Amino acid sequence: MCPTIRALERTDDMKIDELIKSIQDKFGSKVLKVYKHNDKRAYVDIYPKDIVEFTKYIFKDMGLRFNIASAVDDFDGLEILYHFADDLTGYVISVRTILKDKFDPHIDTITSVTRSAWWIEREIRELFGIEFDGNSDLRGLLLPDDWPKGVYPLRKNFVVPKRDSRKA
Amino acid sequence: MSHNAHIPIGPYHPLQEEPEFYKLVVEGENVVDVDVRIGYNHRGIEKISESKSFDQSIFIVERICGICSSSHPIACVQALEDLAGLEVPERALYIRTITQELERLHSHMLWLGLAGHFIGYNTVFMWGWKYREPICDIMETVTGNRQNYAMMKTGGVRRDIEKEHIPYILTRLDEFSRQLDMLKGAILDDPVLHARLKGVGVLTKDAAIDYSALGPTARASGVDIDVRRDHPYAAYDRVKWNVITQSTGDVFAKTVVRILEMEESAGIIRQCLDEMPNGPIDSNPKDIPPGEGIGQVEAPRGECFHYIRSDGTNSPLRHKIRAPTYMNFPTFRETVIGETVSDATIILAAIDPCYCCTERMLIVDSKDKELMGVQELIRLSQEKTAKLKAKMGIK
Amino acid sequence: MGLKEKILSKSIYVFHVSSGSCNNCDIEIIDCLTPRYDLERFGIVLVGSIRHADAMLCTGSANRLCIPIIKRLYEQMPQPGFVIAWGACGSSRGLFKDSYNTGQPLDEIIPVDAYIPGCPPKPEAVIAALGKLKRKMLAKKELSR
Repeated sequence: MCPTIRALERTDDMKIDELIKSIQDKFGSKVLKVYKHNDKRAYVDIYPKDIVEFTKYIFKDMGLRFNIASAVDDFDGLEILYHFADDLTGYVISVRTILKDKFDPHIDTITSVTRSAWWIEREIRELFGIEFDGNSDLRGLLLPDDWPKGVYPLRKNFVVPKRDSRKA
Repeated sequence: MSHNAHIPIGPYHPLQEEPEFYKLVVEGENVVDVDVRIGYNHRGIEKISESKSFDQSIFIVERICGICSSSHPIACVQALEDLAGLEVPERALYIRTITQELERLHSHMLWLGLAGHFIGYNTVFMWGWKYREPICDIMETVTGNRQNYAMMKTGGVRRDIEKEHIPYILTRLDEFSRQLDMLKGAILDDPVLHARLKGVGVLTKDAAIDYSALGPTARASGVDIDVRRDHPYAAYDRVKWNVITQSTGDVFAKTVVRILEMEESAGIIRQCLDEMPNGPIDSNPKDIPPGEGIGQVEAPRGECFHYIRSDGTNSPLRHKIRAPTYMNFPTFRETVIGETVSDATIILAAIDPCYCCTERMLIVDSKDKELMGVQELIRLSQEKTAKLKAKMGIK
Repeated sequence: MGLKEKILSKSIYVFHVSSGSCNNCDIEIIDCLTPRYDLERFGIVLVGSIRHADAMLCTGSANRLCIPIIKRLYEQMPQPGFVIAWGACGSSRGLFKDSYNTGQPLDEIIPVDAYIPGCPPKPEAVIAALGKLKRKMLAKKELSR
């Protein structure tokens, strides 16, 4: 059984549809789209401005574990997926937000809800250039200090030239 | 990302004179703050993966971490199988389980040796690494290599376990189990270790949940999570085994969890070898359609998580890799503040991170004046054990 | 026989440098010193400071953050000393050559005396390499007499 310090309304024989329905009932039209990939995976689309509310509900009230956030550079904009794992039932619910402004993308930090997002927000800012408003510690995590500003390695417009293995 | 390549390498520090890696701020004997700087292992694996085909990505993720050499590939192929809805033959599932558990055995034994060195029990260090060798030999028999196994492919495994090898595997496993029993008795009953490790570096259950701690770090604090049971994969739902938890959350609890997990792993391997059905090992998938998939695996340190998005071409559009130490590292800050300097190395070791990182620890006092480096820290830790022994009247 | 060759025929003190490796090679190095392969019976010992070392053992594809450190360590190594590039990453950056965070190959940063290929090289390969190196150095000694 997965213990939790928060209110728990789930049991281990719940279906993923029931979890999604509880999110839809709570947030109504703020849930833009739900895509159920299979019995274990679901993707919920929301507006970026609602992310803190959704995280509070899914992490604190429903008691799912925050897995990680992954950012993707796609045609529509910069997508961030927040993955939450349910250790009681074996499902992963991923909350997707799309930041349409690629030049100056901003989103609220979720570190007020869970400290486990501290490092991943630093990493995403460094590698994608997304600003997390409200996070006071957004120093670089991985890249050298002399890495040029404004150059984000994981964006699609950053291309690493193929090198000959004997030359730099 | 390659910084997720946190593997223990040992107490012989590689880079001693360099910018601070871990900066522990101390007042007197106690640690009041800690700052961490990583990035020395960052190799840009996620970006490299975007320029390789799906089959090639599996070989790259193997080299994220030397110890999780079968965890990351399994997570990667599971993400692809989730994406494409592929079925994996039964025999392949059992072979994946066996490889995974063998890796857990040699990782935990390696950790035991290193933790022994940090405390000053150099015999435990030498014996732990020596008794790890039967597992490396089994790996060589099964996969062809001691470390990077290259066993996994989308839809199955690349090599089979021959019937002729099974008696050899069982003999070496029995050899390992006998030596594990001996080490277990020596370590868990030692009064000096009880005095040295109990109550040190306590991670509370609430903090473990808030930081989303994983693996033995979380299980030692009473958080009952294990990907093998909660998100079943491979053959874990077909064999009988137990999840080991402790409730105190200190370094001793983490040691107990790892030792007992080794016993469970040996049991799982024996069951798998016994019950493995005959049949194909590969389902020969043809194409990966556009979509997204997630793979989760219980590595020796916790949960490995891979997210792959495909756009229909032969390369991933995005390959997000998250290794377990990424979530466990921040708990170090939580557990070391308030403890003494001589316990800093063993508290860090208890999370089982990459030991490259431990080697770059540096102490400064509150006025930012550098006081000592990691060699002195290890020596302090070993001296504390010697003093305890003298106090307890044990030679 | 030069001083460098004379050192090699005695026991070598080795300092291990890891510059962005996956740590497989680092584990194999320590495996070499544990009871099964036991390089200490040849007199080879890992030391804690570069200033006590005869040889610098480099693993890992040199990461941008690590390049100045490797250069500084090489300058601090007392001469004559030599450099061994360990593994595929040390020899030519291995499969990380196309990464944005990898710089030049190791032998363009510091002069390398020996390469041990493999991913990771097995401990038997390391013992064979040391034997080969010693024979090469002693052969040079014969020619120079």
